[in-house]
Amino acid sequence: MSDSAQVAGDERVKKEPFMTKLMKRPELGAMAGVVLVVIFFAITADDSMFTLAGIMNFMTPAAQLGILAIGAALLMIGGEFDLSIGSMVAFAGLFFGVCVVTWQLPLIVAIPMTFIFAAFVGAINGNIVIRSGLPSFIVTLAFLFILRGLSLVGLKAATGGSTQLRGVRDVVENDWLAPFFSGEAFGGLFTWLAEKGMIDTFKSGAPKVPGIPVEILWFIVLALAATYVLLRTPAGNWIFASGGDSTAASNSGVPVNRVKVSLFMLTACCAALVAIITVIDAGSTDARRGFQKEFEAIIAAVIGGCLLTGGYGSAIGAFFGAIIFGMVVIGLTYTDFDQDWFQVFLGAMLLIAVLFNNAIRKRVTGER
Amino acid sequence: MTEDTKFHHGDAAADVAPIVEMKNIEKHFGNIIALAGVSFDVKPGECHCLLGDNGAGKSTFIKTMSGVHKPTKGEIFFEGKPLHFDTPRDAMEAGIATVFQDLAMIPLMSVTRNFFMGREPTKGKGLMKRFDVEQANDVCMEEMRKMGINLRGPDQAVGTLSGGERQTVAIARAVYFGAKILILDEPTSALGVRQTSNVLATIDKVRSQGVGVVFISHNVRHALAVGDRFTVLNRGKTLGTATRGEITPEQLQDLMAGGQEMAELEGSLGGTV
Repeated sequence: MSDSAQVAGDERVKKEPFMTKLMKRPELGAMAGVVLVVIFFAITADDSMFTLAGIMNFMTPAAQLGILAIGAALLMIGGEFDLSIGSMVAFAGLFFGVCVVTWQLPLIVAIPMTFIFAAFVGAINGNIVIRSGLPSFIVTLAFLFILRGLSLVGLKAATGGSTQLRGVRDVVENDWLAPFFSGEAFGGLFTWLAEKGMIDTFKSGAPKVPGIPVEILWFIVLALAATYVLLRTPAGNWIFASGGDSTAASNSGVPVNRVKVSLFMLTACCAALVAIITVIDAGSTDARRGFQKEFEAIIAAVIGGCLLTGGYGSAIGAFFGAIIFGMVVIGLTYTDFDQDWFQVFLGAMLLIAVLFNNAIRKRVTGER
Repeated sequence: MTEDTKFHHGDAAADVAPIVEMKNIEKHFGNIIALAGVSFDVKPGECHCLLGDNGAGKSTFIKTMSGVHKPTKGEIFFEGKPLHFDTPRDAMEAGIATVFQDLAMIPLMSVTRNFFMGREPTKGKGLMKRFDVEQANDVCMEEMRKMGINLRGPDQAVGTLSGGERQTVAIARAVYFGAKILILDEPTSALGVRQTSNVLATIDKVRSQGVGVVFISHNVRHALAVGDRFTVLNRGKTLGTATRGEITPEQLQDLMAGGQEMAELEGSLGGTV
C-alpha cells in the first residue's frame, strides 16, 4: 500500500449512507417503536389520548417503569441482570414506610436512609455475583423471593398482621422535601398557561393538568444523566467494556468488579426512588408493590436495544422502551380493545425487539 | 531465506545496554519445574524472538516477564536496576506491555473505545470531568494511520476488523501508552498469509521507533522474517541465543524440537517439516 493511497483513504470503503449510520444506533428500534405505537393509537384510540392530560396520563406509569428500566439498562450493558428490582421496590417501600410512620423520621433523614439501605442490598447482590462467579440471573432470582418474602414478613411485623402500612401521607404532608418526590411540578407555569388560555381548563378556570408529575421529571433527568455517563465519561467506557468482555476489560486496567457492584447498587437505588415516589403518592406501602416490575424493566431495556449478553445498549433506548410500555398499557383504555391484549402485545414486542437487536449486533460486529 | 526479506533490520549493536535483562530465571509450580534457568535480554529497537515448541516454557517465561508470575529464583534488571514486579500493572507502568493472544479487545466497542479502554483521556474538572471523545478519536485515527490501517471512522466496531488489523490495534495501543518493551504472544499463529505479513510489518515499524520487541512464536519462518536475535527454549532451559545470519532455519528448527528426534522424523517425512 503506497503512502498516497493511505492519505486518500481506503478505496475499498464505500461511503456510508445516512440510513446505515442511523441503523447502527442501539436506540433506533425503540424510537421506531414509539412512532409505530403513536400511529396505531392515533388511528384507533379516542382523541383525548393525545391531549395534554392524556399524555400525562400515560407518561406517569411510563416514568415509574422507566426509572427502573434505565437502571436495568445500565446493569445489562455492564453484563449483568437484576431480577430482584421489583421486590426491591416493595422492600425499599417497607423500609421507607417504617422510617416515616413507625419511627417518625423527617424525609431529609428517611430518604437518604432508604437509598443507603437499598444500595447496601444492591451491594450484597453484586458481591455475591462477583465472588461466586455465578450467573447474576440465578443470584438475583433468589433475591426476588427473599426480598418479596421479607417485605411481607416485615410489613406484618410493623403493622401487626396487615400487609399494608398506611398513614404515610399524614406524616409527610407538610414536609418541605415532599414536593420533590410527589405531586406535580411547575404548578405556577401551568396556572399561568391556563389563564392565558393556552391549555385546557375546567369550568372553574383551574387547568386540567395542574403540573408535570415529578416522576416524569426524575425519569427525564435520569435518562439524560445515564446517557451522559455512558457516552461521555470514562465510567461509561468501563461499563461497556465490563459487559463486552470482563477479562479483556480487567486486563486493560478497568476495575470490572467495582463497576459491576456499583451498577447493582445503582439499580437498587432506582428501585428505592420508585418506592419513595409511589409510597408518598399512594400514602401507604404494600407488599405487592413492584410486582413483576423486574420483567417489565428488562423488557423495556431490551426494546431499547440492550443485548442480553451485555456490552451494548443505550439509556435513551430504555427511555423510549418505557414510553412504549406506558402508551400501550394506558392507551388500550382509550380504544375499544380488550385490556388484556396488553400481555400479547408485550410478548410480541419483546420478541420483535430481540430479533431486531440480534440483526443489528451482527451488522455492527460485521458478522456474516 | 534470511537475506531476501523486505524488512530493514534493527542493528542492535552489541554495546547498547538492554532495557530488560533476565538472568537464570527459575520458576517452580509445586514440584513441577517450568523454568530451569532462562536468561534473556531485550535491547531497544531490536526484535528478539523467543522460540520453542509447545510446553517449552514460553508462556511461563513471558508471564514472569510481564509480572503475572514471580520467579522462584533469578534476577530481573530493568534499565540496569534490579526490579520486582508484584502485579501485571507494575510491569505495565514500568513500560512492559504484553499483547496476549486474546488481544484484550471487545468486538462490540468502537476502535477508539477499545484503544483507550481503562486509560481514557479526560477534560474538565470535578463533576464536569468527562471522556475527551474528540481528542481520543483524533489520536486513535492518527496512531492507526501510522501503522498503515485506514479506519472507516473512529466509531468503527473492532468486530469489523480482520484478525491482523485487531492485532495491529493492540500493538498500536501498547506503543502509544509508552511501551518500551512489547511482548507479543504468538501474534501470527491464527492469521492468514496476508495478515501475517501485515503484523510483521507492524513489528518492523514499532522496532524502528526504538521499542524492544519480544516475539514469541513456534513458527521459524515468521521469526526469521523479522527477528534480529533468536533464543530457543527447550524443556524450561535456554539453548542459547543466536544473532541473525548466524543460524539457518534448519538449525533453529532442530534446536526447538530437541535435535535428534527431529532428525529422525525428518528422515521419515522426507524433509517436509
